[in-house]
Amino acid sequence: MSDTDKQVLLEVKGLTMDFGGLRAVDSIDLSVSEGEIAALIGPNGAGKTTFFNCVTGIYTPTAGDILLHPKGKPTRRVNGSKPNKVTTLGMARTFQNIRLFPDMTVLENVMIGRHCRTRTGLTGAILRGAAARKEEQEIVEFSYCLLEKVGLDEFANEYSKNLPYGAQRRLEIARAMATEPFLLLLDEPAAGMNPQETTDLDALICRIRDEEQIAILLIEHDMKLVMNISDKIHVMEYGKKIATGTPNEIKDNPKVIEAYLGEEAEA
Amino acid sequence: MKNLKQSLAVSLWFIFLTFPLMVVKVNTSDKIVQWRWMNILWVGLAIFLLSFVWRHALARKEARQMAAQSGQDDLNKPTRIQAMLEDQKLRTRAMFALLIVALAFPWVFDTYQSTIMISALIYVVLGLGLNITVGLAGLLDLGYVAFFAVGAYSYALLNHHFGLGFWTVLPVGGILSCLFGVILGFPILRLRGDYLAIVTLGFGMIIKVVLENWSDFSFGPSGIANIDKPSLFGLKMDIAASTTYIYYIMIALVILTVIVTGRLKNSRIGRAWIALREDEIACVAMGIDMARTKLSAYALGAFWAGMVGVMFAAKTTFINPASFTFMESAIILSIVVLGGMGSILGVILGAMILILMPEYLRAFSEYRMIIFGAAMVLMMIFRPQGIISNVRQKYQFKGLKEKTENV
Amino acid sequence: MEYFIELFLGGLTRGSIYALIALGYTMVYGIIQLINFAHGEIYMIGAFVAYIVCGVLTIYGFHGVSILIIAGLLAVVYSCAYGYTLEKVAYRPLRNAPRLSPLISAIGMSIFLQNYVLLAQTPDFLPFPALIPDFEFMEPIAHIIGSPELVILVTTLVTMIMLTLLIKYTKIGKAMRATQQDMSMARLVGINVDRVISTTFVIGSALAAIGGVLVASYIGQVNFYIGFLAGVKAFTAAVLGGIGSVPGAVLGGLVLGLTESFAAGYISSDYEDVFAFGLLVLILILRPAGILGRATKQKV
Repeated sequence: MSDTDKQVLLEVKGLTMDFGGLRAVDSIDLSVSEGEIAALIGPNGAGKTTFFNCVTGIYTPTAGDILLHPKGKPTRRVNGSKPNKVTTLGMARTFQNIRLFPDMTVLENVMIGRHCRTRTGLTGAILRGAAARKEEQEIVEFSYCLLEKVGLDEFANEYSKNLPYGAQRRLEIARAMATEPFLLLLDEPAAGMNPQETTDLDALICRIRDEEQIAILLIEHDMKLVMNISDKIHVMEYGKKIATGTPNEIKDNPKVIEAYLGEEAEA
Repeated sequence: MKNLKQSLAVSLWFIFLTFPLMVVKVNTSDKIVQWRWMNILWVGLAIFLLSFVWRHALARKEARQMAAQSGQDDLNKPTRIQAMLEDQKLRTRAMFALLIVALAFPWVFDTYQSTIMISALIYVVLGLGLNITVGLAGLLDLGYVAFFAVGAYSYALLNHHFGLGFWTVLPVGGILSCLFGVILGFPILRLRGDYLAIVTLGFGMIIKVVLENWSDFSFGPSGIANIDKPSLFGLKMDIAASTTYIYYIMIALVILTVIVTGRLKNSRIGRAWIALREDEIACVAMGIDMARTKLSAYALGAFWAGMVGVMFAAKTTFINPASFTFMESAIILSIVVLGGMGSILGVILGAMILILMPEYLRAFSEYRMIIFGAAMVLMMIFRPQGIISNVRQKYQFKGLKEKTENV
Repeated sequence: MEYFIELFLGGLTRGSIYALIALGYTMVYGIIQLINFAHGEIYMIGAFVAYIVCGVLTIYGFHGVSILIIAGLLAVVYSCAYGYTLEKVAYRPLRNAPRLSPLISAIGMSIFLQNYVLLAQTPDFLPFPALIPDFEFMEPIAHIIGSPELVILVTTLVTMIMLTLLIKYTKIGKAMRATQQDMSMARLVGINVDRVISTTFVIGSALAAIGGVLVASYIGQVNFYIGFLAGVKAFTAAVLGGIGSVPGAVLGGLVLGLTESFAAGYISSDYEDVFAFGLLVLILILRPAGILGRATKQKV
């Protein structure tokens, strides 16, 4: 796959995030292009999730630029934008420690994702006019479709807190997809999954890229999954990026091996 | 045996605790000490029995939680009431029956009963309004009565100064309250949940202080009297007729509130409120504007309090700041909590029980607040979902399967 | 100028009482992130117990300082016992519940305790004897600061120093700080977290009782309702200073006391409470973490 003719969707330049005296993320450059599955890996505490939080607006970074290039729309700098703004622009995410809405049904969880793409207001909701009902029906159908895609349609009316762990992770993905993103950030989507579930997830991620034309940036510790699906891998350690490349390049990179072996030796 | 010993120890501890307050009573001016020794016995006995019930209930709660975690989940199985609620046919019939009873009420019972019912219905609307803010959006508002006061005073003042009628002011009161909610809400809605609680509490108290002291505006603690009752095409009505009339207006208002909140609950906005309550961060990460969503919940809750405030002023024809104390906010909150946060039917039931019970059991009314307090604690511990827990809507789908067969 | 000093000292006195009660809020909040709404009621119970003990002892012919000491001690003992029981009954079963649940439970407990005292005793205001005598050496400056004010200031100061020492140097103090930082970690290193929480409630209650007795004797009356407003004000003070921070609570109490005193003295005493809450709202908007509080990033 040649990178030249593909449009860059997310461009991060010199991103830095300090917590008090601690530099959690240190001038990271990173970009994700159209149709790409990119992985962000690194030992625990390397600053990967902090990077996600900066990019999605949950934290305001100390320095650096985060640029979004939506297709056919002007480039937007989103440093310090509110998370909902970032999502509305077309970059959605999942969370490492699952953050579903436990007392809502599975379907409703996905319907929440439709919020920013629909517009029924208070009066519409109260009067329930034709437009409001039509939109509501569209939300339901769209969300149900997504549930089918991630294989959760049979649980649509269950409370999300009653889902098994792996299913909750897939539900988070469906919920993020409901916002119609062009780029999806997945924070450890395979954590806590068994090998079979991981294999299914592998296929699901590829399908999201191929069928929905959504680019993906994921944080993951499961190396098999990462090596299998990624087009490009970025490696972080102690807040800095130490390598970028294809899975094969990364596999043989001495710096990366050292970072990982070092970690394993400590553990 | 171990249980017995434990309960004995607990009751001894409580006898010690309650001794100075329950047993001793001093009258310093007459220099008399009254020793109420019998109270020791009552406290000891009551606590002894209660501690058994308490331990049993706690053990049962834990067992249920364990069962839920290990997958043998019976926590979320619909109870019989919930199953009945979901039966469409039964539901329409029950609603119909309820409506007939409600409509026949003033003809069957006397004016006094209707008056009591009116105040219960006022609390139903207040409860449903606060239910939007607390139950759906999870914003703990401890100064809700302030909005009630805004409504009541807008009618009282507009009526007093400009002679405006009930029907004109009814929406005006609601909208004014709503505006008030927006103005107050704007700066404070960024705050975390428990800070919000304390600030709203502060607002409630500020409004009362202002009403008491700004006599030029609000006529101070003496309040405003001779407020007009609702008119019906200028007809002259005696007390009985006017009570019946107000009763029907209240029924209409309750029905309106139920329909509106019911629709909101299962709308795009309502879902956003609930998502906000469940997880703020996930909610904004899904593209929901937190400030706007919170503000709409806060303002909409205020709206109903304002409307029913107008109603309250029209019903009593006299208002003063003493009707708008923190205790009122606490009562409304306990209606929502006991009834079931988020559940419309629960809140209605909660209001009926909490307001009517002290009215009909006069002996009991003295103990009303202490029971409310205890009930709030017990409900939180043993039944946090309230009398009737909130059930989310189930959706029907059309066959989409074929479109995405390859999945 | 003299008026200014009078207001200043009045504010300081009032503020140090707020600080005493605020410490209970701030310590509890620091450890379990709960607004202990019933804390004001503990303060009220302290004052009430002192009132009852005073009454009984006076009738049975005790005198002056001995009454003060016995009443003060019993007030502290009872407040501690109530605080301990309160935590055990109303909060411990809710340790893992959603955040709103313990808060609502606390509000319920506050209503319960108020009405319990109302029913067991009386809804009326009761005259509280002036326990603090007028010292002779205070005579020359009595028009600026009275003996009760002096006693309140000194007692508060001593209490604060003792509390600081306790938190800094004792074993339980260290355990409290550890639990405040990270409860699950503290549990892992063998700290009995439940006991730490209980102790925190007991210490907070003792401080509230001291405040209760001082205020009741200063103002000269008690009532079942006094805890509510005092509690809300003290919580305001705790938030002002930065909730969770012990020096913050003291500073917040003093700032609030002074603000109220000056506002009442120079503007209008009717709107005292309005100024207090206005200050709270202002601080929360401008600096949500409080004066000394640290802004914490929520973990995602």
